[in-house]
Amino acid sequence: MSFDVPDDRGYMESHEWASDEGGTARVGISDFAQDELGDIVFVEFPDEGAEIAHDEQLGVVESIKAVSDLYSPVSGTVTATNDELLDAPELLNDDPYGEGWLVEVDLADESGLDELLSADEYRDQIE
Amino acid sequence: MALRTPPLGAAHEDRGAKTTEFGGWEMPVEFDSIRTEHESVREGVGKFDVSHMGEIVVSGPDADELMNRLTSNDVRTVDAGTAQYAAITDADGVILDDTMLYRLPESHSDEFLFVPNAGNDVAMEERWESHRDEWDLDATVENRTEEYAMIAVQGPDSADLVAEATGDDALAELPNFAATDATIAGSEGLLARTGYTGEDGFEVIFPSADAEAVWEAFDCQPCGLGARDTLRMEAGLLLAGQDFDSEENPRNPYEAGISFAVDTDTEFVGRDALAAVEESGPDERLVGFELDERAVPRHGYDIQNGDGETIGTVTSGTMAPTLGVPIGLGYVPADHADPGTEIGIVVRGEAKDAHITALPFYER
Repeated sequence: MSFDVPDDRGYMESHEWASDEGGTARVGISDFAQDELGDIVFVEFPDEGAEIAHDEQLGVVESIKAVSDLYSPVSGTVTATNDELLDAPELLNDDPYGEGWLVEVDLADESGLDELLSADEYRDQIE
Repeated sequence: MALRTPPLGAAHEDRGAKTTEFGGWEMPVEFDSIRTEHESVREGVGKFDVSHMGEIVVSGPDADELMNRLTSNDVRTVDAGTAQYAAITDADGVILDDTMLYRLPESHSDEFLFVPNAGNDVAMEERWESHRDEWDLDATVENRTEEYAMIAVQGPDSADLVAEATGDDALAELPNFAATDATIAGSEGLLARTGYTGEDGFEVIFPSADAEAVWEAFDCQPCGLGARDTLRMEAGLLLAGQDFDSEENPRNPYEAGISFAVDTDTEFVGRDALAAVEESGPDERLVGFELDERAVPRHGYDIQNGDGETIGTVTSGTMAPTLGVPIGLGYVPADHADPGTEIGIVVRGEAKDAHITALPFYER
């Protein structure tokens, strides 16, 4: 089975991604992660305004069969949350890189995305 | 310790199933998605490989007495070709396992077959043998778990599929809890109208060597243990080792809500202790509950009363696919067990509002 790993973003070993939106970053989970979890039924993430830090807990995602912690790929301030996920957590399964995004973050510093795995490096990890 | 694999293990791998360890077996947990599989069973039909369930055959002149003294129900009322649900209890009335037992059709030389839960087959075989010897009974006990594959075909369309797979329309009319001989894909086995999903359905037991042909004879959605778990929870059915566990969470049948499977007019191990509980009523009861807030209850979470005091523990929980709400099972004091009672379920340190509901959550 092969999983979608878009080249235009960086990845965490723990299967979150962040995309550079010019000063802010959008954060979500990978196609591999959503497939491993199975049917996602619940998601919890910080409120707008919250400070989050790279590799620290960002929230929780629950599928029918498992609970999984989410880790933040970036450091900064949450500027937007995808509240549609509260009523439709299945968007995380259906469109993990698009409509299933979790939060947007105002990056604390420019180097924010540099320490993430590239798409190629992440592909090697999940193969 | 190496995991036991069902005869269909390679076929499941080819089909791309994800697997999980359960009761010492490596079993498929998900073929496509738990939700898809769950819905197939509620709305159409699905098939499950349940070869992790044990099969123990008991025969001989004293087979009736041995079965009756080791199970909580009255096997004398079980006709040939029918099934009965029972608990297997210790002298204190604690449930060691729950089981479906069959008095085999008259065409069989053996008298009984009973189905212990995954991983309990060897312990139950030993229990039966040691009590037979202690009581000096004339009966043979054979653990045939490795010789058989067991497949469950469940859902409103299961009878049509059984008629198709057997080429015998009459089998679609098999009564609930009846068991009969059947031929599927040229293989001879046992077909029973039983299940664990809250739907109409059948379970078939066939020689391991023919497992793949019998599995293929049922042309429907393959389902894993994930959907089996969500289906049984909606139906309010217990899972051994989770909703009761003789070591981690010892419970008697009155606490666990299966007193219908106890007949204290028969003599069995645990009978006296259970007669006392029947008289006094259990101190705690298994209840169903529904969350009123967004959260998913899980095994081991605390249950609180309205004052925030811990009064019990969740034994099973999920987001119910058919009902669309978070549901769970757990034990609370008997005076907190009435439907409508407001409780809290502690999820990651925070109590979420919930209320006790009547079981089952779902009834076809």
